[in-house]
Amino acid sequence: MDIELRHIHKRFGPVHANNDINLTFLGGRIYGVLGENGAGKSTLMKILSGYQPADSGSILLDGTEVDYRNPQIALHYGVGMLQQDPLDVPAFTVLENFIFGAIGARGYRGHAAARLLREVCSRFGFELDPDTPIASLSIGGRQQLEIARLLALGVKTLILDEPTTGISAEQKTILFNALKSLAKNDGLSVLLVSHKLEDVIALCDEVAVLRAGKLVGTRALPATPSELVALMFGQILEPAQRIAVNLDNAAEAIRFENVTLRSKRLQVKDFNLNVRAGEVIGLAGLDGSGQELFLRACVGLAKPAVGHIHFEGRDMTGASFRQFLAAGAAFSAAGRLEEGLIAGLTLTEHTALMTEHHPVIDWGRARQRTINRIQTYHVRGTPESQIEQLSGGNQQRMLMALMPESAVLLALEQPTRGLDVDSARWIWQQLMVRRDIGAAIVFSSPDLDEIVTYSDRILVFYAGRVTEIPDARQATIDQLGRLIGGHNEEVPR
Amino acid sequence: MADPLLNTLESIVTNATPLVIAAIGETITERAGIVNLALDGSIVLSAMTGFVAAYSLNTALTGGGMAVATATMLAIPVGVLVAMLVGALIALLIAVASIELNQDQVAIGFVLTLLGVDLAVFLGTNYARIPGPQALPIVFPVLSQIPVAGDIFFKQSGFTYLSYALIFGAWYYLFQTRRGLALRAVGERPEAAFARGVSVNRLRYLYAGLGGALVGLAGAAYSLNIKAGWTTPPNMQGDGWIALAIVIFGGWHPFRVVLGAYLFAGLRALASVIQRTPGIEINIMVLNAVPWVLMIVTLLLVSSGAIERALLLLPRGAQKWARNILRSDPPAALGTRFDPERGS
Repeated sequence: MDIELRHIHKRFGPVHANNDINLTFLGGRIYGVLGENGAGKSTLMKILSGYQPADSGSILLDGTEVDYRNPQIALHYGVGMLQQDPLDVPAFTVLENFIFGAIGARGYRGHAAARLLREVCSRFGFELDPDTPIASLSIGGRQQLEIARLLALGVKTLILDEPTTGISAEQKTILFNALKSLAKNDGLSVLLVSHKLEDVIALCDEVAVLRAGKLVGTRALPATPSELVALMFGQILEPAQRIAVNLDNAAEAIRFENVTLRSKRLQVKDFNLNVRAGEVIGLAGLDGSGQELFLRACVGLAKPAVGHIHFEGRDMTGASFRQFLAAGAAFSAAGRLEEGLIAGLTLTEHTALMTEHHPVIDWGRARQRTINRIQTYHVRGTPESQIEQLSGGNQQRMLMALMPESAVLLALEQPTRGLDVDSARWIWQQLMVRRDIGAAIVFSSPDLDEIVTYSDRILVFYAGRVTEIPDARQATIDQLGRLIGGHNEEVPR
Repeated sequence: MADPLLNTLESIVTNATPLVIAAIGETITERAGIVNLALDGSIVLSAMTGFVAAYSLNTALTGGGMAVATATMLAIPVGVLVAMLVGALIALLIAVASIELNQDQVAIGFVLTLLGVDLAVFLGTNYARIPGPQALPIVFPVLSQIPVAGDIFFKQSGFTYLSYALIFGAWYYLFQTRRGLALRAVGERPEAAFARGVSVNRLRYLYAGLGGALVGLAGAAYSLNIKAGWTTPPNMQGDGWIALAIVIFGGWHPFRVVLGAYLFAGLRALASVIQRTPGIEINIMVLNAVPWVLMIVTLLLVSSGAIERALLLLPRGAQKWARNILRSDPPAALGTRFDPERGS
């Protein structure tokens, strides 16, 4: 289906989220819609798929102007969107979700629906059991279900919002193959909203780049990442400077001695590691391969089943999270609003929680401390802002600001999750400052570039097995990819 | 029918009827994401208004020379309708307060339940302790001939027969129809329902009203059948809270809700039997507490892993069915608001 967007405007209060956007998408091609956080790409796609109305402007499908106020009507015209967090009902089974919302007379008993689901699944290699509850599927599985559902509804345009966040490499391959086939064989127009340049380069025929609500350019691929970054930011970002640090005489921050960690699903067995002050250790691996467990063990959130953990030389095996914090560890979870910050509390209240230790809070002092942190960390917000009103990047800045300056060890779960390139770089500048004053940093990331760029050493996790790359500067993306996939024969531990 | 055990069992079914109806109504409302905490007040107020409507009509008709039996036949359905209207109105008030006025459902429900009881006592003063029309048991053709079960289940009033239909009807609607799918989705994830073309708030009004009407019907079942008449203080006060607890105990599933209602009525009957039996000395307070303790223990069993592990022993086909029956998670969007403008 050919889509034409004409003079699309959308405002949220003072923010001009879409400013006079004109774009054409042709059937049979895959488009990348690129932009940093807040560039307006999600808004534009929500307008196109009926989730939000535009303030003004028109949408033409195959040359005919359409007007839709909700996603159902958009679907009726053949435009379907896969949300970043798939919009399904977790309490339903796969089949119930597949049927729910279907137009026409397909009965609820759904033998026909089950057959249709099987057909779509077998064509694209999706593995979906109709009776599985959604709550027990991975994000990748839920995505496959949504795609299958939208295809069964007859979409001719498929929009995907950040589809590669949180899915495994294998699921990503399946997804990309499916999208390519849909464009090539079925003539669908596929729109991929992403800020992962490598995904866009791997998949798309053409990109449209938004910046601050405006369309700043379109371009046919192939292109190099730096060319796309230039379009996105109007400048080429230099990779962060790597200064080799001499750690030979550095003090020990945390040491794992024959540690075995167990969780419900896996175990990290007989593990030894010595992290020194000023050292950065990157943890690579697919989600759930053991790196989360390890990070949590660094701060007492997971207790070793066997072995000892020494923190600055002190045996802290089995100590509580509270004791680790007191000893100088700090932790930030991937789910910022779920585990790190408290929605509904203001920035000042967050500061007070961390710094005020008397029974009666000195609000004036807490507020002053908050103002200092806002200035130091360039948080876009006021002491009275509630934390959930801040953007993801600013939440992460605040989270950093709340980590005590004197921290000996920072254990960070995906510290730049969901941030644009610029915010991520800024976060890392701050982390490097922390490192230079002697903090050890252990972090996990799904972004291999980030791991290779900032780590001194890399630990690759695969199903609880750990492989160490002693010098991150020698690591190649290729080698890491193999290790993450479980091929570690050639690199003995 | 002389058997005292059969008598007891029959009375358990009778006494459980309003609990069954109210709890099924609340199940439907909560499945759509609205929590109607005003159950107790609704039951009391609708019991009073239902009785007053039926009584007034009955008096007017017999005064006009109509035969008593015919007048009762006309008066009771009218009383029931009035009671259902009152129940629906209270539930709709909660829906309006939540959807249009952005108020907390729990807070509004709590206030309305207090208001309902007091209003009923105030407005019903003149009708207390006067005899009025009462729905009598109807011997159900054919089915009442079944040995034992016929005596227990099919010599009941119309309210009880209605409750049977409701149990299966609610189950069928919730789990076997596409409208039921939409109803559950609205209470589980309204964003997803909206994306599939469902008018979330319209459905919430609909099922709040429908569930509330059933709560009103439960009130009528008290004042026109099992506790016929009106008293001050209201003799069914407190049962609304029990129905709310039964919904939770029943895991928002009609079959389990019914089980909970019968279990509760059974334990109550047991308590009164024990009380009447000479030679057994148990504090009445202890007996009254037994149903609650039992409910808590059952809830703990269901939410612990024990049941889940036992399920794995079942054949695969039965597992899904059993899991559905034993599910005890509340609807995920229960008590929340949905704003279609924001799509969230």
